[in-house]
Amino acid sequence: MQSKRKKKLSKDQLTAMVFLLPSIIFIIVFVYGFISWTGYISLSNYNTIVPDFSFAGLKNYLYLFNDFRFRADLRNTLFFTILFIAVVILLGLVLSILLDQKTKGESIFRNIFLFPMALSFIVTGVVWQWLLHPSTGFNKFFNLFGIQPKWYTDTTILAGFKWGSIEFGLPAAIIAVVIAAVWQMTGFSLAMYLAGLRGIGDELREAARMDGATEFQVYMKVVLPLLLPITMSVVIIMAHISLKIFDLIYAMTGSGANFVTDVPGLYMFETTFRGNYYANGAAIAIIMLLLVAIFIVPYLWNSRKGDN
Amino acid sequence: MASIRISSFIKYALLIIVSLLFLTPIYVIIVTSLKPIQEVSIDQMWALPTALDFSSYKLAFDSLAPNLLNSFYLVIPATLLSALLGAMNGYILSKWKFRGSDALFTFILFGMFIPYQSILIPLIQFLRTIELYNTIPGLILVHVVYGLPITTLMFRNFYASIPDELIESAQIDGANFLGIFRHIIIPLSITGFVVVAIWQFTNIWNEFLFAVTITTGTKQPVMVALQNLSGSQIVQWNVQMAGALLAALPTLLVYIFLGKYFVRGLLAGSVKG
Repeated sequence: MQSKRKKKLSKDQLTAMVFLLPSIIFIIVFVYGFISWTGYISLSNYNTIVPDFSFAGLKNYLYLFNDFRFRADLRNTLFFTILFIAVVILLGLVLSILLDQKTKGESIFRNIFLFPMALSFIVTGVVWQWLLHPSTGFNKFFNLFGIQPKWYTDTTILAGFKWGSIEFGLPAAIIAVVIAAVWQMTGFSLAMYLAGLRGIGDELREAARMDGATEFQVYMKVVLPLLLPITMSVVIIMAHISLKIFDLIYAMTGSGANFVTDVPGLYMFETTFRGNYYANGAAIAIIMLLLVAIFIVPYLWNSRKGDN
Repeated sequence: MASIRISSFIKYALLIIVSLLFLTPIYVIIVTSLKPIQEVSIDQMWALPTALDFSSYKLAFDSLAPNLLNSFYLVIPATLLSALLGAMNGYILSKWKFRGSDALFTFILFGMFIPYQSILIPLIQFLRTIELYNTIPGLILVHVVYGLPITTLMFRNFYASIPDELIESAQIDGANFLGIFRHIIIPLSITGFVVVAIWQFTNIWNEFLFAVTITTGTKQPVMVALQNLSGSQIVQWNVQMAGALLAALPTLLVYIFLGKYFVRGLLAGSVKG
């Protein structure tokens, strides 16, 4: 079938291409065309409500890298991403292993861990804003032990050191946002790992047990290495979500005092649509795209190679 | 034996503790939304309402109803259209491969991962030009276009499990490209349509960035309205929680009744090109 097709295009194949064409045009214009146009704006002087496409060189980018707020954004994104991915992976993995061991009520537990995935980041943000409000919510419990976390209103930078104009370290306020994001997204890694565990045949584990491996060793030596590709996928997907996160932060905390919970997505939105600084907004957007592309392009490349 | 007991005890204890933590927000939402205004205070946040009071639902519904309607006008056509286009693309890219079609697929797939901020400014200028800015049809167009990569991916993976021989024998019987799609592929892919439709429904319903930048005022979908509701200081917490629950209800119901397909959608959305 393949070889016959390669010789000359049949009528059916031409039809197929015609039907694919509209989608391709959409993608070319809406994805690649618009990205190019954003890139062009980011190099212009379009920083008012009146379009001004005169060439500005890298001025907008240089501005950002000297900007206190943008530096804080990059710091926040880095620490948010690391913390968020680490907890989502660990929690998802532990829960999936617990559920995988002939657990009674497995489907009930699974449904509980997964349901936040059906919600929007806005709903999550609205609810967790209240739960982690410094004077309400979980603090009622913490107060019993005499501690009073300030959550997202905290401006402390943990383990920080001065780096340029910003304090470089983990902003304590980010932890609150990570908790909300973990609540929402753990179901994803759980579902991925559970599917992976079900895909690993029992024979393999049985064989390891026969060789005298303890249950713990079976997981460490046999199961976890086999789950590595799944971990890779989860890391990539969570990284691209966290690098472009916007709605959760917008609904939950805003940029915070001293921009401790600010992220590029929020900065881009406010700069562009509240301040009409289109060129600056475009430059932030292009930097976000590059950050995501660093992860995604090699991943897409690899999954294509695996395909062939 | 004893050691197994203990570990199984630890297992259930852990699962139950984490479950309770995961359910806490739901408890707070429901409890708060059912309280009359004078009981909504910081001190009584965790307490059950003394009497059920549905007035917060009425208030939340009154202010969100037009936006809920907008969301339905948006999500239904956008879901159907993107599922259809995705099915056609997936069918072509899995069963009618041509030279470079795999590369083309990767080229399309990249659109799934871009931060939408990177296309937002030109998109809005474009929508203004074609006079679809601040309209529901404009938002439908946006969701259909940016849904193409994921729906194409999901259907392509789904169709990979349909044997090529089926297509070949249909060709021998004289069926053409469209005939095969209509009479063989679509009937075989009902599950695929359900999975993709649930995925798109959930994502479009929950989407915020496009909604908040492309629409204003009376054209806003429910998530923007919910955010506005909670952003204003006057609104009481019980009304906000009732609003959050109302806005989340459609996707929660989908999850409760079609959970199996919902999870399949999640897994299918995780690439593997």
